[in-house]
Parts: sequence; structure tokens; C-alpha cells
Amino acid sequence: MLWGSYMLNDYTLQMVLLGSIILGITSGMVGTFAVLRKQSLMGDAISHSALPGLVIAFLLTSQSASYILLIGAFAASLLSTFIMMLIVKYSNITYDGALAIILSVFFGMGMVLLSVAQKLPGASQAGLNKFLFGRAASILYADVIMMLGLGILVLFIIILFWKEFKLLCFNNDFGESLGLPMMFFDIILTSLLVISIIIGLQMVGVILMSVMIIAPPVAARQWTNKLNKMILLAGFIGALAGVGGSFISSIVPRMPTGPTIVIMNFIIVLISLVLAFERGLLSRIIRRKQKINSILAKQILFDCYKSFKKEEIISIKQIMDNLILLSAKKKKQLRYYLLKKGWLLITNDKTEITKKGLEEILERGVLCA
Amino acid sequence: MLNPAIEIQILAVLVAVSCTLSGVFLVLRKMAMMSDAISHSILAGIAIAFLYVGDINSPLLIIGAALTGVVTVFLVELLKQTHLVSEEASIGLVFTFLFSVGVIIISRYAGNVHLDIDAVLLGEIAFTPFNRLIIANIDFGPKAIYIITAILSLNITYIYLFYKELKLVTFDPTLATMLGFSPVIIHYSLMGVVSITAVGAFEAVGFILVVALMVVPPLTAYLITDNLSNMIFISCFIGVLIGIVGYQMAYVFDVSIAGSMATVAGIIFLVVFLVSCWKKSSFGRQQRNNNIN
Repeated sequence: MLWGSYMLNDYTLQMVLLGSIILGITSGMVGTFAVLRKQSLMGDAISHSALPGLVIAFLLTSQSASYILLIGAFAASLLSTFIMMLIVKYSNITYDGALAIILSVFFGMGMVLLSVAQKLPGASQAGLNKFLFGRAASILYADVIMMLGLGILVLFIIILFWKEFKLLCFNNDFGESLGLPMMFFDIILTSLLVISIIIGLQMVGVILMSVMIIAPPVAARQWTNKLNKMILLAGFIGALAGVGGSFISSIVPRMPTGPTIVIMNFIIVLISLVLAFERGLLSRIIRRKQKINSILAKQILFDCYKSFKKEEIISIKQIMDNLILLSAKKKKQLRYYLLKKGWLLITNDKTEITKKGLEEILERGVLCA
Repeated sequence: MLNPAIEIQILAVLVAVSCTLSGVFLVLRKMAMMSDAISHSILAGIAIAFLYVGDINSPLLIIGAALTGVVTVFLVELLKQTHLVSEEASIGLVFTFLFSVGVIIISRYAGNVHLDIDAVLLGEIAFTPFNRLIIANIDFGPKAIYIITAILSLNITYIYLFYKELKLVTFDPTLATMLGFSPVIIHYSLMGVVSITAVGAFEAVGFILVVALMVVPPLTAYLITDNLSNMIFISCFIGVLIGIVGYQMAYVFDVSIAGSMATVAGIIFLVVFLVSCWKKSSFGRQQRNNNIN
């Protein structure tokens, strides 16, 4: 407890934690739209193409204050999404090809500019390098305030255009047919994506930023089918992964913050994929087993019903012997399932249909044919 | 012995052409972003192999890295097959994860060794002439040239031998399956070749520019032609152009060589794109005029 309070009094850690919470919430929420619109990798292209903007801003102003650099990054990223749109629209190059072109060429230009900046006399270039991999420890109070401001702006716009964004995700054509300016909303949403990526550049860096857009929504998607629940959950998961990652990286020596946050995100996605209530892999396996059991059980019930009508006596062993494809273990499970349902009264040499079993047959009507 | 500047020039051209060759089918199979994923994930392979071997010059590192490339593709397919995650989201998840693992391993365990993240990220083709192949006191030139030549010949051999199969699987996978060519085998062998090429190239140009060299020349050629063999030749030509012009620009302005190659690639693409837009629109106008007449 003492140790915990010591950690929380640490200025750097406070800033890092606040920053990662704001970043996680914003990118998780905006990412929800990006993932639903199948634009997950757009974040990757946007964050890579921020690099030339950062360096140009630095070269023009020769200052390395975060907000100046981030204005440059914003301009470059927005330009990159615009060019990407043009390429897809005016050529037969596919969307992912355009992404790869923009990502690599912009990053290349950034490197050229970076090598120019490195040669400037007396220019401390440390301010730029932190944007490649992110340097969480370099986050200052002013940066956190800026992140908070941008985060609130993003949140406000999402609430303002909630209905329109929802329409954009699920039924763009319907929106067009209503005469709504869907193109305008598309541009707004893309700008939000750019803003939320820029918030994270200082913390996670241009290379890994894309995961903050993808992972929380993918994890959240597994738990719910509702957009409003998904977006809240994605924001929460983003913040959780951010806080977890920064904590671990501050406790373990020589553990970079950005990559740790990425790994936390990945673990949360894996857990969600396996454990989610309805869509998860585990529940899928269980449901499949139950389905097979219930089909087989009904088949057995039907067999018993037939022999009951013919007034034959049939033992459970005979029934089970008919199911030659099932293993002994499966048969045991099936027998347990039948007993649990209470459709059959099973004794050693005789099976009888209970009242409940008869009701099941008559009610469902499946077996009347 | 050759002048270092000429050695670098040769290396740049060889890297550009081998990346381009392996990129053609990647682009046609609509897997351009897979080059990004593979080139990032390689870092994990190198880092893990380095942990195991402890020697930065060991050939095991290259094997480990190439394997990671294939593992990446496999993991992406695995995630996709759950039908819970879309393909591009799974690409984004897998490569960032592997890349982070690589970065963490390097910064935790390789702090004192020459496995600098910046060097890995950006690559420095200008330093490659210092690492020379010397047998019995005779200097045979930089090692990197031999490695990249081997990779280039691998690419050429692969495309030459499996040209028919690649073409079939790329354009009509259903027919290929019916005729008994396994798309899966072709898919993974292509990914293997791409990974090996990426490993060889990334020492020279860094892994983000591997993407530029793999994707931009084939897509530029794709704007010019719709014939597969023409596309391969045109994109190789563009690759050579990028290698020469990119290096010379970097030499003249004294900037990052890899970055300058990517920028030149971008400029070439932009020019071709604008010309193709212009031609398309003037062609459309001509047709409309014809229709009116």
C-alpha cells in the first residue's frame, strides 16, 4: 500500500498514467468506427505518414514543443488520407495497395527530412526520435492537458454526430438516399481518427499506434452486438490496457512503455476471443456439443416412442448400440443428458417414456412425421 | 576493388529489384499490407534467434527471421478463420504484437550489443561496404552483395519455375484447385520467398522501406499494363530506376539513402498516376466525341 502511494506520487508516472487513460479512451472509441467500417489498417497508414509532418514542423519552427510538431503531424496525416482516397477513386488500385503506398512513401519522406534535421547545428533531435517508438516518460503536464483537450473535443463530436456516424458505419447508401452529406461525415470521422492517433504518437510512437485503434474495438466487439455498449467498452478496454502497460513498464526495468501497452492490448483481445459470452470460441464449442447432444437425444426419444407405440420393450443398451458412430465417452455424456432432461425412465432392461418426454414429443411435433 | 559508392549503388539496385520481384504477386493477390506485416514481424524473429544464438552475424538469425514471416501469415489466417476478426484487423493485431515482442527483447536483453533499434528500423545501406567478405586475405567485396544476389536469384528462380502456377493461383484459385494445384502450397511458398527477401533487404534499407520497394513498383506497373509478364518487366525496370535515382539523389543532397529511394518511388508513382488519370479522362472524352459523331 505504501509502495502504491509512492508510485502514485511520482510525477512522471502520474503523467504517464493520465496520458494512457486519455489515449486509451479516445482511440478505443474512435477505433470502434474504424474497425466496424473495415478500416483498421487506415490507422497504420495515418500514423506512419505523420512523420514527415512532424519533421517539417520542426524544420520550419526549429522548436520541439509537442503542440507545434503535432500540428504538422495532423496536416501530413490528413493529406495522406486525402491522397489515399484519390488513388482508390481514380485508379484500379485496391484500398490496401493504396494504404501500403502511402504508408511507405510518406515514411520514406519523413526519413529523408529526419536526416536533414539531424545535420542542423545544435538542433536537439531527441524531440523527434521519441515519436518513432514513443517515449512515455517524456510526457509533461502541458502535454496531458493538450491530450485531454483533444480527447474532450473528439468525445463531443462523437456525441454530436452519433446518429450520422452510426449510419455511416452500417448503411451508408441509405444515408445517401436520405440526402444526408455522407461524404462530409466521412471526412469528419477520418479527421477524428487522425486526431486520436496524433494524441498517442508521443506515447506509443508512429509504428505501434495503429494497435490502439484496432485492439480495443476488436475485443469489445466480442462481448456485445450493440454499438453504444461496444464503444463504451472499447474506451474502457483501451484505458485498461494503457494503465496496465504503463504500470508494468514502470515497475520492470528497461521495459519500453509503447510495446508493453501493445502486448496488454493483444492479451485482452485473445482473452475476449476465447471467453466472450456469445461469440467466444469456448462458448461456441460448448454450444456445439449441446446441439449435438440435443439432436441425438431427440432421436433416441423418437426411437423409444416408436417402440412404445408398438408395445415393444427396448433397453437403453440396445438404443446405444444402434449409435455405432459414437464413442463410449460420448454415449455416457448422452445418457447423462437424457437423464438430466428427465424424458426417459431408464432401468437396466427397460426404458420408458416419462410424461415429460411425451409432452416434449407432442409439443414440438418434430416427430409426428 | 570497387569504389564504395559504386558498391552501394549496385547493392541498392539489387535490393530494389529483388523486393520488386517478390512484390508483384503479393500486390496482385491483394495482399499489399502483408508486406508491411511481414517486414515488421521479422524483428521478433531476429530478436528471438539472437537470444538463442547470441551472435549477431549468425545465419540462424536470417532463418529465424524468415520463419517468423511465415508464422505471421499463419497467425493472421488463424485469427481470420475464427470469423470473429476481419482480415485487416487480424493483420494489424499480429504484426504489432510480434514487433512489440521484438522491441522488448532487444531493449531488455541486447542493450549492450550492436542491435540498435534505430539501425534495425531505418537500415543503413551506407555501412554495408564495411562488412566485407574476406577469404584467405583476399577481399571479395561486401558480404551484403553476395547475400542479396543469392536472394535475387532465389526470386528469379522461383518466379521462373512456378510462373504458370503462380499465375493460375493468383487469377483463378478455384480453377487451380480443380486442376490439382494447391493454392495453399503456392501461398505459403510465396510468403516464404517474400519473408526471405524482406530479411535480406531490411538490413540494407530498414523494414518500412522494404514495403515501399515491394509495393510501389508493381502497383505503378499495374497502372501501365494489364499483362502479367509486362508488369513484371516494367516493375523491375522501375525498381532499377528507383535504385539508381534514389541513391544519386541521396548522394547529391546528403540525406538518408533508404528514405530517398522511397521518395523517388513515390514520385514515380505520382507521375504515372497523374498521366494515367489524364489519359483515362482524355480517352473518355475521345470516346464520347466519337459517340456523338
